[in-house]
Amino acid sequence: MNILVCVKRVPDTGARVEITANGRAIETRNLGFTISPHEECAVEEAAVIAEKLGGSCTVLTVGPKDAEDQLRDCLAKGMDRGVLIETDGNELDPGQTASAIVGFVRAQRAPFDLILFGSESADAANYQIGIHVAYALDLPCVTGVKRMSVQTGSVTAKQETRTGFDVYQAQLPAVLTVKEGLNLPRHPSLKATMGARKKPVERMRAEVGPASLEMVRLSVPAEKGSGAEILGEGKSAVPRIVDLLEELRLI
Amino acid sequence: MTSAPSHARVVIIGAGIVGNSVSYHLHRQGWRDLVLLDKGPFPNPGGSTGHASNFCYPIDYSRLMVQITRDSVRQYKELGVFRESGGLELARSEENARELLRRASAAKSWDVEADLLTPVQVKQMMPFVNTDIIRGGLSFPRTGVVDSLRAGTIMRERAQEAGALSIFPNTEVLGVTIRNGRIHSVRTSRGEIRTEYLVIACGVWSPRIARMAGASIPLTPVVHQMISVGPIEEFAKTGGEIGYPILRDMTALMYERQNGSDMEVGSYAHRPILMAPDDIPSIEESKLSPTELPFTKEDFEPQMAHALELLPELLGDERAGIQYAINGLLSLTPDGAPLVGETPEVKGLWSAAAVWVKEGPGVGRIVGEWMTQGDTEYDTSEIDIARFYPYGRTKSHVISRTSEGYNRTYGIVHPREQWSSSRNIRLSPFHGREVEAGAVFFETAGWERPQWYRSNEKLLSEYGSRIQMRPNEWDSRWWSPIISAEHLAMRDRVGMVDLSAFAIFDITGPGALDCTQRLAVFQMDVPVGKAVYTPLLTHAGKMKSDVTITRTAEDSFRIVTGGAQGGIDGKWFRDCLPADGSVQLHDMTASLCTLGLWGPSARAVMQAISADDMSDTGLPFSHAKQIWIGPVPVWALRISYVGEMGWELYASMEQGRLLWDMVWKAGQEHGIVPVGIGVYGTSARIEKSYRLYGNELDMEYNAYESGLTRRSVKKQDFIGKQAYLKQASEELAASLCTLTVDDHTSHTGEPRFMLGREPVLTLDGKPIEDRLGRRSFVTSAGTAPSLGKHLLMTYLPPELAVAGTKLKVEYFSEHYPVTVAVVGPAPLFDPSNERMKG
Repeated sequence: MNILVCVKRVPDTGARVEITANGRAIETRNLGFTISPHEECAVEEAAVIAEKLGGSCTVLTVGPKDAEDQLRDCLAKGMDRGVLIETDGNELDPGQTASAIVGFVRAQRAPFDLILFGSESADAANYQIGIHVAYALDLPCVTGVKRMSVQTGSVTAKQETRTGFDVYQAQLPAVLTVKEGLNLPRHPSLKATMGARKKPVERMRAEVGPASLEMVRLSVPAEKGSGAEILGEGKSAVPRIVDLLEELRLI
Repeated sequence: MTSAPSHARVVIIGAGIVGNSVSYHLHRQGWRDLVLLDKGPFPNPGGSTGHASNFCYPIDYSRLMVQITRDSVRQYKELGVFRESGGLELARSEENARELLRRASAAKSWDVEADLLTPVQVKQMMPFVNTDIIRGGLSFPRTGVVDSLRAGTIMRERAQEAGALSIFPNTEVLGVTIRNGRIHSVRTSRGEIRTEYLVIACGVWSPRIARMAGASIPLTPVVHQMISVGPIEEFAKTGGEIGYPILRDMTALMYERQNGSDMEVGSYAHRPILMAPDDIPSIEESKLSPTELPFTKEDFEPQMAHALELLPELLGDERAGIQYAINGLLSLTPDGAPLVGETPEVKGLWSAAAVWVKEGPGVGRIVGEWMTQGDTEYDTSEIDIARFYPYGRTKSHVISRTSEGYNRTYGIVHPREQWSSSRNIRLSPFHGREVEAGAVFFETAGWERPQWYRSNEKLLSEYGSRIQMRPNEWDSRWWSPIISAEHLAMRDRVGMVDLSAFAIFDITGPGALDCTQRLAVFQMDVPVGKAVYTPLLTHAGKMKSDVTITRTAEDSFRIVTGGAQGGIDGKWFRDCLPADGSVQLHDMTASLCTLGLWGPSARAVMQAISADDMSDTGLPFSHAKQIWIGPVPVWALRISYVGEMGWELYASMEQGRLLWDMVWKAGQEHGIVPVGIGVYGTSARIEKSYRLYGNELDMEYNAYESGLTRRSVKKQDFIGKQAYLKQASEELAASLCTLTVDDHTSHTGEPRFMLGREPVLTLDGKPIEDRLGRRSFVTSAGTAPSLGKHLLMTYLPPELAVAGTKLKVEYFSEHYPVTVAVVGPAPLFDPSNERMKG
């Protein structure tokens, strides 16, 4: 199996998101970076499939130079090779991102049997890169996958519905976008983390056409109140709980 | 939102281990109306306590830090949150193996249980250690881990249950109001609280709050990287939080500590990563907590390799993953020590900051006692926030020194080690000349002071045969035989010493005599021009300082104290001024430079440049007067810390260079030599058994024990008098003695020279303890070139404080024979002080 997993570098935000002065980016001065939980599951699934069936996993990202950190994290979690399609730091729109990925896939001598995406990125959440890529490559695509299993030549993928699962079967090669809960991603071992340093990361420039989507402004939704307040611990909390219950006219 | 009370006796900011502990100890000291607030939720408000690795190693080279940690552990045990795991320091290199020997000796000085181990013994204690790469270990069996959050909660609740404390989580401090130099009130998100005292115990945020009050707390948040790896199968078997000793990999500057089924790996080896207190994210902005910042893996990768190499089986387990990895913030200060005590800028504003978990409860008790009695059980000079001069509180200094100091946390630091950053901060007017003379500068309180002069190397051929050489690199590090040559040249001829680092205070006004009388133990109602060397005591009769006070006029006194003590002493003088305005205190330090001129030819040099009568009658010993040296008005004080005839010459800074040049020129025909502090501070003074504050003199030994007393006690009142009188009636528990080293030969045949702080032992190698439980250790060590001996000073209990007693001293875990040469203040060199009489 030759598997490609596509991930995106995103800020690892706390409860409150700060926007930069120009209103068009998240303030990341004190933030770390990560990939979305969906993508973490895609990485884990790919690693497990390759471990079971043999083969190789490539992790790809389209993003700034520093996105190599996220590739290294994925390399520590069982990916074999990293690909950084480097942008000039400005965010590409979904069409541009997809075309960069498609360009890379087409250029490969050994075609991918399976291409995995997270169902959506953790920041923009456009829900569409996987579909763009599948369409351009003329491959079958299942989105929002919560369960999956790979057989010779095909993949079975399940989407969760309110009442159960919709089950799809697709011929390989195929594109799947997966959701958190698909598996329990591993924590990389010390050895794997250090080994990731030595794995190859290919770098190339993103060659894309003009954007069809322009980001105008970001805004933070109004807060939902101050959240939880601890009223006290043990017996000392009782009077304040009573006050509160009275205030709420519950007693 | 519950509003805060409108008034409190004390507001404590910060509910980490320190703030909770301060609250508890204030309550134990009888305080009520205490308010504890934090901008975060309880019990973990998001400060450094919340992510601390929580282990307590009992060892440190500083006696005070050992005492504080010991007290903290005692308290953690009493709170039921201490678990003894043992601790194991490991050496990979030859250098670190030697360092472990030194640490073992320090452990003996401070009464800390410790055992040196071979690699085989290390393996028995911790089977997972790769002993192929280590040369030995040092075990501290009393090391353990604590639950600092739980400890804080229990302490806080005890104070609350007693009705002494009210607590306010999620409460932000918005402002602090000062009135007449005193704390007045704190403005919070729950309203304004009028308060008498404000204690800042909010760790990495402390500088921010201090600034609101116009004060400064010189610390910086610095990143300490830590990862947690697990689950480790072997640990599951131990069942419980910790079953193996906490490892300190002293060569790699790292630690590894079991935490349940995981292994925490922390490092002090990575590059210093500093942060400004204002840049710390808010609770809401933080993914984990404000002090758990995103991990920067690239900084930690070399450490991962080191950890893997040390514990290949445990950490090499492919199933054990990195569960948690942070850039944790902790507080670091320019000299690495905590910042405790009332700030010198604002009355009633206290700092309890830069305190680590192993010190929290101990510092809480210190603050409680200090705020209540004005005194603590220990000598707090080392952690007193007043120790910093204004330059030391600047951002520039804090950043430079902490950047340099971070990697010293686990590093090997020589007792005389000098800083390379933040130098040339305070320069005497002699500096240019000193540079020309090849001075090797050491720093004291920001001042650059020549320790010796390379230009004096030529003296080695003159005195070489009389100089004890130090073949061992460690013994001779930050030392030079030139010091001994300068010493002998001064004793033979005449030397000039830059003493501009002295802190100088003038006390003037109609109330000056009364004020000075209150400060000093000895009689200050002396004729104008008389100088008195006197101890100053705390209210509880502890040794606060030793100073020279000269009556310069009926209503004017000049106090001269050591540069290192000037910050703390200056605050003490200000605190002791009467409120009625009858006395003014002038800090003259920046106005006056000081040049010491001593030796048999000092008078001849002086006669060549001054028309004033400098004879014994013109200016007797222990007197001062105004003289002229050419166009320079000089205040000449005839005293000596080196045991020679001569003067301290005080002149205004701008004329200092001229003064130096005139003395230098006149001294040529007498063979004058520039003499460094190596002579002034160590070799010459130790030959005279003169005491040095911070070494022989501190708040642990009283004036009687150090021999700093007079036969009669003055009738006037003075601070600490009651305690002083009581001390007089008590049998001495220890006396200061001077010892000679009888044989320097180590097991390799190489002679070794102690540097200070080593344990003094009985002939059969047992530690010596006086009846108050204080162990004997070397307070100062130094070569006495005139005697051809290496001398040690130490306190000994009465049965051993007898001239001729044979003892031992331990140095790098080897024992050397020593003999008590003199007891009390009598000097070994020139015992009748003939030379000073001139």
